[in-house]
Amino acid sequence: MIAIIDYQAGNLTSVVKAVRFLGAQNVVVTQSPQDLLHASKILLPGVGHFRSTELLHTLGLTAVIRQAITAGIPFLGICVGLQWLYQGSTEAPETPGLGCFAGHCERFPAALGGQRIKSPHVGWNSLESIRPGSRLLSGIPSGSYVYYTHSWRAPLSADTAAQTLYAGAFTAAVERDNVMGVQFHPEKSAEVGLQVLKNFLAL
Amino acid sequence: MLTKRIIACMDVHNGRVVKGIQFVDIVDAGDPAELAHRHARAGADEIVLLDITATHEGRGTILETVKRAAAELFVPFTVGGGVRSAEDARAVFDAGADKVSINSAAIARPELIAEIGSSFGAQAVIVAIDARRAQNSSDPVAQAEVYVSGGRKPTGRRVLDWAIEAEQRGAGEILLTSMDNDGTRAGFDCELTRLVSQAVQIPVIASGGAGSAAHFAEVFLHGKADAALAASIFHFGITDSRQLKAEIAAAGVSMRLPC
Repeated sequence: MIAIIDYQAGNLTSVVKAVRFLGAQNVVVTQSPQDLLHASKILLPGVGHFRSTELLHTLGLTAVIRQAITAGIPFLGICVGLQWLYQGSTEAPETPGLGCFAGHCERFPAALGGQRIKSPHVGWNSLESIRPGSRLLSGIPSGSYVYYTHSWRAPLSADTAAQTLYAGAFTAAVERDNVMGVQFHPEKSAEVGLQVLKNFLAL
Repeated sequence: MLTKRIIACMDVHNGRVVKGIQFVDIVDAGDPAELAHRHARAGADEIVLLDITATHEGRGTILETVKRAAAELFVPFTVGGGVRSAEDARAVFDAGADKVSINSAAIARPELIAEIGSSFGAQAVIVAIDARRAQNSSDPVAQAEVYVSGGRKPTGRRVLDWAIEAEQRGAGEILLTSMDNDGTRAGFDCELTRLVSQAVQIPVIASGGAGSAAHFAEVFLHGKADAALAASIFHFGITDSRQLKAEIAAAGVSMRLPC
């Protein structure tokens, strides 16, 4: 069973559609702790405000997600779902993240080196410095384009599996063992995005 | 590097793709679902479906068409026309759209921008502005006026003021259509696009007047557009996105290639 967590942060239709398109049979959109513990894969999509992740805590899912991750179930956070894997975000300083990865997410600067930076960062940007051996990004060459729409970004660290350049470098994909996240939208990134989801489903 | 986006737009009337010349003459160009997929395969970075009959005939958005078009479409998909409430927007998202474009309804009730944004995120709300230069003014570009109802009704509002207000109210992007240039294939209104793009932080999509690769390069390089939209340039086999993008890239604009 592929569990897609519904925490009322935006629209899940596209993610569900992409996962089904790739041949996944048993896809459930769920808020149930039992579903998560019995899933073969867990996806945490989400667009919108970092504060919306508080519902995960309210629903009692935070502890369950930790448990599932410890049990080795492959976990993929998308967009805000990736950001939540960090310690927190300046978008909602009072809302803690899961803290799987060190660091806080920050807003793009309004300007850099005298150049105005538009925000949100919307559109197709390239994946750079893809870490050799990344299972999530297997078969995807650096320079491949993916679709972004976000105003906050995660810092680079040893767990960064790929970076993207916009007002400096940020984490495009993060991966440590079975815990993974992508800042871009694989469900909207044409063939490259489908390959990322396919890699995840094949774990 | 962030690339400039080429957005294939389909104006839909009674379930068929059409293309108006300066918002009036209508020519049939095919099935929306089939064309959406063809555009995506041909390298369009994004697809927009505008139900051009929705406003003045009071019809709801054509959800079935949206559903068919969204199936197996894995690039961003925007739907506009007839979205007047957060419930209308929800129905369009449920049918498979990633963003909604709102126009007349946002002018009538600007709170709608935040209402949709609070449930679906600001990135899902595009405010579309139909603009006409103020020809009798000493500064026709700065004084350009917002029109609604498919370009039929002047509002007395300045384009620049409305774009800034839309951003403040939480719009994720601005879709700026030059009614003066729409359908002419004589090029985008680069001056107006530049003025708006420099006044807001959010991306601005230029629309109206695409006729050649040079026009796109011009609106990206001089008009400071973040994306540009075209309809008729694709539909009748003039060119496909891949070829168009290669030509734009050759003019020095960063494009998603190969795509």
